[in-house]
Amino acid sequence: MSTEKQLYTVSIYTENNIGLLNRISAIFQRRHINIESLNISPSEIEGVSKFIIVVDMTEDNVKKIIGQIEKQVEVIKAYYHNLDEIIYQISGLFKIKSELLFEEPQIQNIIKESHARIVTVNKDFFVLEKSGKKEEVVALYNQLSVFGIMQYTRSGLISVTKEEMKISSLLETYNN
Amino acid sequence: METQTIKNEQNTAKVTERISGSEAIVRCLIAEETKIIYGYPGGAIMPVYDELFKYQDKIHHVLTRHEQGATHSAQGFARISGKVGVCIATSGPGATNLITGIADAQIDSTPMVCITGQVFSHLLGSDAFQETDIVGISTPVTKWNCQVTKASDIPTAIAKAFYIAKSGRPGPVLIDITKDAQLEEFDFSYEKCTRVRSYNPVPKTDASSLEAAAKLINEAKKPLIVWGQGVILSEAEEVFKAVIEKAGIPSAWTILGASAIPTSHPLNVGMVGMHGNYAPNKLTNECDVLIAIGMRFDDRVTGTLATYAKQAKVIHFEIDPAEIDKNVKTDVAVLGDAKASLELLLPLLKGNTHPEWRKEFADLYAIEYEKVIKDDIHPTKEGLTMGEVLHQINVQSKGNAAIVSDVGQHQMIACRYAEFNKTKSNITSGGLGTMGFGLPAAIGAKMAAPDREVVSISGDGGYQMTIQELGTIFQQKAAVKVVVLNNDFLGMVRQWQQLFFDKRYASTEMMNPNFVAIAEGYYIKAKKVTKREELADAVAEMMASKEAYFLEVCVEKEGNVFPMIPTGASVSDIRLE
Repeated sequence: MSTEKQLYTVSIYTENNIGLLNRISAIFQRRHINIESLNISPSEIEGVSKFIIVVDMTEDNVKKIIGQIEKQVEVIKAYYHNLDEIIYQISGLFKIKSELLFEEPQIQNIIKESHARIVTVNKDFFVLEKSGKKEEVVALYNQLSVFGIMQYTRSGLISVTKEEMKISSLLETYNN
Repeated sequence: METQTIKNEQNTAKVTERISGSEAIVRCLIAEETKIIYGYPGGAIMPVYDELFKYQDKIHHVLTRHEQGATHSAQGFARISGKVGVCIATSGPGATNLITGIADAQIDSTPMVCITGQVFSHLLGSDAFQETDIVGISTPVTKWNCQVTKASDIPTAIAKAFYIAKSGRPGPVLIDITKDAQLEEFDFSYEKCTRVRSYNPVPKTDASSLEAAAKLINEAKKPLIVWGQGVILSEAEEVFKAVIEKAGIPSAWTILGASAIPTSHPLNVGMVGMHGNYAPNKLTNECDVLIAIGMRFDDRVTGTLATYAKQAKVIHFEIDPAEIDKNVKTDVAVLGDAKASLELLLPLLKGNTHPEWRKEFADLYAIEYEKVIKDDIHPTKEGLTMGEVLHQINVQSKGNAAIVSDVGQHQMIACRYAEFNKTKSNITSGGLGTMGFGLPAAIGAKMAAPDREVVSISGDGGYQMTIQELGTIFQQKAAVKVVVLNNDFLGMVRQWQQLFFDKRYASTEMMNPNFVAIAEGYYIKAKKVTKREELADAVAEMMASKEAYFLEVCVEKEGNVFPMIPTGASVSDIRLE
């Protein structure tokens, strides 16, 4: 089981310091681990950043990576989860020529059925936003790409865990 | 006494003074009780050198001949004293020249603080003269690093640097300070760092893991301890000795663990690993409980993991949680500081002697002695051996010298045969295998412990990688004894070429200079030995010298180091010839 590769999120709570991204990405690079996606944002604790890194690897190896990450002085705590243990979303933005809305009536149906949101419309282009599982965003991309997409960007995965994250109490124990 | 010192500093810390960033750097070092630093000046660090000039009665700056030498000297200083080694360099090439030593300190867990000058902050990123992204470059090889661009950030950065370098599993830290931060004036005060919010240097020791470890040890029929530098770094030598004596466990060391207990201790069964001793390597695959203490199962120790100690229950005493299960799966992990853990373990252990099991070590040692050791240290055939040189050094030092080795055949011979009575006496580049480490590290060690005999042992290859540090020996009057075991080859690579590349000696033969003339060029007493009958007297003369002394010994050209576990082989397949 633990020797099979699967997608894991590595969630890292850190101090908000310049250079830490470099330090953490070097841990992956050195071991030839491809980062599928990366998101860094503030966390629920003031002054603490949260990295969400998605990797495809075995549980044995992800455990070792967690050890190497936690060893960094400015890392407070790192966790790994498989996709069943988290609630997650990614988001995609699609920039499409406005004239297609009139020339290709199916596009309107696609938008409706996909529950995508129109962010902005002007006479040259409109922008669609779709949040959800990666497969849903990719499915929309596949449907729209037939008609031509001017720009497409997909975000990194963001997630929260089903279990409680005890970072605040952990920080308190460090302080004692 | 210690509490007293801290109190005084807290009192003085409350008073602020308006001083420059560069003066603050020096004042911070003084507050951290730094008495010696190693370095090399240059444009971006000149304000700090100006302050070092003013404070020269408090801090002795050692001008090395290359920044790499400064790092190795700081490492030698740290390894023999247990204190933080400090080195300093300018921006650009000065900073990049530190990298080898920093990487060496990282993999060998040596506490070191490096301070580098940097271009003015408004020039950062502009490819200014002698600008290099040293924080980016050093990130993978430092325990922590940071760049300071404001004078007021200097005290906290340096306080944090010392704390991080020394605490937990030690390591190198680099602080890069821009020239404007050095020149700027600010209100200075200094407080030592005792805590970093996100950093937990010593993990809590779990009582149940200790009980589980004690149970396994008490029930073991054939226990084997392999200890590493963790015993030395946590200053656990005494309790470690008490543990092995109470439980009667044969104990072997990794290269960096050497000297933690005397070589002559009856339970000391020698070195593990590629060129370690026959018995502990062989019996790693016979023991029923393997107790690893402050070591990290390096590949040079384990050989192939597929057949490493598979029959044994493995207990791992370790301060760094990332080491647990990294290479060898453990049955019981005891996290925490080695000294604290062993103190808790000791009362849980039952007295034992394991006479039959210990006899197996003695029997295998007898085989190794007959097949390898005898001819290494008491050779009868023509050609001097490295082993007999070490033997003569032992005779003269009576085991009291610190042996600083470089990297290669002579290093393996030195670590195999040097006798140690005192801890922190084996200083060598274990993890990184840095040729050129030895000579500057010996300078650092001698300056940290001027009362100790420090013998630098190098090969003709590594010696020439930092040979310029003879200038530092001369200028500092550091009474280092410098031995070069010259075989006119890059011996270890040549040995591999002989064994694994059908004797194709690609670029391993060295055409060497007149080493005696070079040493004498630096006004260092020097001698060359080519015959066995000259050796004992020459070593005696060297060891008796009150000042630095260079001794070149021309050894057999194609000597090999055995035993040997070939790369990728099992510890059971250790070869004696």
